[in-house]
Amino acid sequence: MTEIEIRKTMQDELSEIVKQELNNIAPEVDLANIDPAADLREAVDIDSMDFLNLVTALHHRTGIDIPEIDYPKFVTLSGIIAYLGAKLKSAKP
Amino acid sequence: MAEFLMPSLGADMEAGTLVEWLVKTGDRVKRGDIVAVVETQKGAIEIETFQAGQIEKFLVDVNSKVPVGTPLALIRTEGEERAAVTAPVPPPVPVPTAPPTIAVPSPPPPPIGAPMPPPLVPAVAGRLPASPAARRLAADRGIDLSTITGSGPSGAIVYADVEHHLSAAPPLGEKKRAAWLDLAAMRTAIAAAMARSKREIPHYYLEHQIDVTPCEHWLAEKNAALPPDSRLLIGALALKAVALAIHRFPAFNGFYRDNKFEPSKAVHVGVAIAIRGGGLAAPALHDADRLSLHDLMSGMRDLVQRTRSGRIRSSEMSDPTITVSSLGERGVEALYGIIYPPQVAIVGFGKVVTRPWIVDGAIGPRSVVTMTLAGDHRVTDGHAGALFLAEIGRLLQEPKKL
Repeated sequence: MTEIEIRKTMQDELSEIVKQELNNIAPEVDLANIDPAADLREAVDIDSMDFLNLVTALHHRTGIDIPEIDYPKFVTLSGIIAYLGAKLKSAKP
Repeated sequence: MAEFLMPSLGADMEAGTLVEWLVKTGDRVKRGDIVAVVETQKGAIEIETFQAGQIEKFLVDVNSKVPVGTPLALIRTEGEERAAVTAPVPPPVPVPTAPPTIAVPSPPPPPIGAPMPPPLVPAVAGRLPASPAARRLAADRGIDLSTITGSGPSGAIVYADVEHHLSAAPPLGEKKRAAWLDLAAMRTAIAAAMARSKREIPHYYLEHQIDVTPCEHWLAEKNAALPPDSRLLIGALALKAVALAIHRFPAFNGFYRDNKFEPSKAVHVGVAIAIRGGGLAAPALHDADRLSLHDLMSGMRDLVQRTRSGRIRSSEMSDPTITVSSLGERGVEALYGIIYPPQVAIVGFGKVVTRPWIVDGAIGPRSVVTMTLAGDHRVTDGHAGALFLAEIGRLLQEPKKL
């Protein structure tokens, strides 16, 4: 696979993981229709407890440390995927 | 011999449907053990026993709807002779719900209908006997219940049967859904409780703005070193501050019943929890004043998760001594709560907003929260309420002491 293909696969996998975890929190929301640039708290109606549960789940699924100071990067679906992708990439040797 | 009764899980509950026994006759139970699941307007509730002993006999069939107070089972209490002959079993008798209490004798109370419990409703014929937990699990995993052999009473399918059925397949990850909750029934229950509150409780309201910047700084520092599952939310600090403030203001903690206030020594804080799709429940976080912040936070997470997935325990529904309602980080600045009878107070927290504030004589941006108190005038006055609210605010200025 080319570098671009690898990145595309990783993005798809991360997107799938984030959507699965969001679905656990908000099973009734159709994530296919969520604008990737929309504020998730508004679009999916998640409160601070839901948000903490999402961060906890993503931490367990990906092993990525998600400090509170990075929460502002966790506003949109695309933002979360980009953040996790960048963290995974920088963690590679 | 002690009777295990259909409990009242709130002022608005008249009857419940027994859906599952979690014990067998002959089982030993201790106080606090979950022995049955009952379906109410608020969803399925796990019922605990307050009586230790041995399950002697079941008196009500699974899937029967019976009024509050109906004996469901007999428990042979410890110390009773093993050879004792079983007492004749009284037939389930409809027990009227407690009449509404009116504090002021004059003017005459309006005719408040405490409706009589409905007659016993037989189990629905033709419905495959299965507990709600089992139904939920089966529905989540797309399993046809008719393919499962039930091991419960009368062959009812219980949660363990579905689990057993699934055990061959790899776990798909726990999926909890609140979709099974009957939100329309829940709305009816909320409406009944709130209407009763507004009829009977002479509310007074107070509000107080406080600077929560110290809480935010303390949390940021504390959480920086913690993995996500150990992090604290500001809501946990708020809850603890309310619970601790009650030590100095016990008149806000307890129940108003039979024309008098019964203070509670224990501080069981009801946590108002929104349910997706438009539901609300406020189950108790037991002994919130005695929990460390870490334990209190874990307890809150557990309570929220169980409430949203329909696994509340009976004591959590029936014994909150005061309620706290927080809007969280979205929404608006203040909420004015309605007291959940028979409680006598509800404390509200709006969202945290940044506002110009004067600290040490200089104006600067600070994080500010509007707290509110709805108090019951039959028990307290605005003066005491103001001191109580101020005490909560004072406690929140020193989060490390919480």
